[in-house]
Amino acid sequence: MEREPVAALREAAGEGVEYDGLTARLSDGNLHLVVEGAETTVDDDSPDVVPDAFVPYVTNWYYWRETAPQRPAERTFLRWLEGATDDADRATVPDRYDALVDGIARTWGELLITTMLTDEDQRRYQVRHIDDRDVPVSDLQTYDDPDDVDAIARRDDRDRYRPLRTAPTLRTGWVFPALEPDALVEVVGAFYPATIENWYREREGDLDVTHYREAAERQTGRYRSVSELPVEALEWAAEACCVDSQCLKRREWDEDGETELDVPRGEGVFPCREPCSLFVAAAREWTELEREGSRTFEFELTPSEKAQLDDLVDAVAEGRVEEIREADLDEGANRYRARYLRAKRFEDGELPATERGEDS
Amino acid sequence: MPALVVVSHGSHLNPESSRPAHEHARRIRETGAFDTVRTAFWKEQPHFREALRTVSSEEVYLVPLFVSEGYFTEQVIPREFRLEDWDGWDSDGTSAVSATLSAADTGQTVHYCGPVGTHDAMSDVIVRRAESVTGNPDVGDGVGLAVVGHGTERNENSAKAVEYHADRIRARGRFDEVQALFMDEEPEVDDVTDYFASEDGEVRSASGHSSGRDPRDIVVVPLFIADGYHTQEDIPEDMGLTDDYRTGWGTPASVDGHRIWYSGAVGTESLLAEVVVERAVDAGADVGDTLEQLRERGDDAPITSERVSDRHG
Repeated sequence: MEREPVAALREAAGEGVEYDGLTARLSDGNLHLVVEGAETTVDDDSPDVVPDAFVPYVTNWYYWRETAPQRPAERTFLRWLEGATDDADRATVPDRYDALVDGIARTWGELLITTMLTDEDQRRYQVRHIDDRDVPVSDLQTYDDPDDVDAIARRDDRDRYRPLRTAPTLRTGWVFPALEPDALVEVVGAFYPATIENWYREREGDLDVTHYREAAERQTGRYRSVSELPVEALEWAAEACCVDSQCLKRREWDEDGETELDVPRGEGVFPCREPCSLFVAAAREWTELEREGSRTFEFELTPSEKAQLDDLVDAVAEGRVEEIREADLDEGANRYRARYLRAKRFEDGELPATERGEDS
Repeated sequence: MPALVVVSHGSHLNPESSRPAHEHARRIRETGAFDTVRTAFWKEQPHFREALRTVSSEEVYLVPLFVSEGYFTEQVIPREFRLEDWDGWDSDGTSAVSATLSAADTGQTVHYCGPVGTHDAMSDVIVRRAESVTGNPDVGDGVGLAVVGHGTERNENSAKAVEYHADRIRARGRFDEVQALFMDEEPEVDDVTDYFASEDGEVRSASGHSSGRDPRDIVVVPLFIADGYHTQEDIPEDMGLTDDYRTGWGTPASVDGHRIWYSGAVGTESLLAEVVVERAVDAGADVGDTLEQLRERGDDAPITSERVSDRHG
């Protein structure tokens, strides 16, 4: 093997090294290595001659010491990617190396991140959309600069602007084939800003969650009113905006520290630590709309037309409008069906209705 | 090594809003002057609240990509970045330099800089924009320059910043006439040609500073950070460059016997990256030859716009 890792290990071994199943110390000036079920002393005259069974342990130590970022959040994330975090089922280094030859893949939001071993026992990281998992690299647009992420993440596959980076609408068709570790964390941070840092804080037990009421109290200017959103409306708002179909973060905030919301938090790997700006902007609209009381209206529809209104709301809410086929007349949210309903029942764009008084 | 965080408004609706922040950050990142160069947004991500934790440096220069001091620079940014003991810059409205504070979130030392829009170097960016939109590096003789701002909005400093640069550029004597005009207060950009006399007309002097010459050609530079509906829809229609922004307009366009060159938001001028760094330098950053590097590359074309039809949000 290369001389540098062994020389670096010898230097560090003076103070003793214990890392990923490798123990290294100096014994009478010689580098003594212990791994699971084996030990050896490296010959000073041929420092590059290390028995094969020890090589993965030495190069693994060297990678994490010399190449990988030292920042705890990034480092823990990179180790998590290859199954090397301090979990109970952590694989041994040789097993991990075997897996890394084929590549160890993990998902982060809609990203599929594959960690691979290079010839020099370094790591390279490939990033692509999870939906492109089986697409040959040659069929994808390749990138290598983290600054390119913005152009990919700005618009969805239908070319619509994505104001929320963690919405499950990332476009497909691109790949970062082989990133070094520093670039990998930059790329992930550009697709999903601050997710690595918040995920790490949560692992360490110090995620700083700001609940809705506290976040709302902080608002000024045009958003000052959001503190008046009633709790039932807050539930509806979270159901509208924060579930997995709308955002890949896992909601960790509630109404306040004592009052949990009933809406599912989501299954996302990275946490949401406070209502985002999009949620606050939406909450402002709903705060205004909730100032109105309910009324009873009377209007005429056939039972099928009532069911069609249900279909229309559902299709918009689920983002299915684009999927409904041109001639699928069975579908209530079909465009022709909607136009027919409008032609039959609407006047000047409105459904004529008689108001029967204000509910209490 | 310190980090730089470029602080910008962003938008829920307009994809162009954050483009200058991303592009200027990229240009500065390439110089290697800072350990990290990050963007942070009010309406996009990373949000102001979470940006500092993505930066490992103990020392951070925070530069607002805003045109003036006001509600965002004085209230929202310090609050959301959790800058402890913030009590203002001791500024007259255009003179903020920096304040050194501690971030409660991360314990980092934050040099909170004045906005790019009020830095003296912004005058050069406005002139550069006049050069680039006319394609004439010597533009000035026989030409009037209008610097356009939003106007009062939430505070009077918005207009002060526009007037500050108009005054500075006027004092250089390069353009025949320089005016500060606004969207929602007098003197209004709607009447732009009234403030620059045609050959036989009279000048309505918005500033009281008339050179007595009669510029027939006018360059209009909006002091906005990003292109959006103000710069791409309202102002072109208000000035009469076009009846419908969607059909576009000529550069120059002809209005009331004047030729008007109208540029996009000055914040998209590549030279603005230099102003961001100047802000950090004024706050004590040691950036080596970064300013020279950016200056040498400052001839790059402005950040190109995608078609803007979305509204700000």
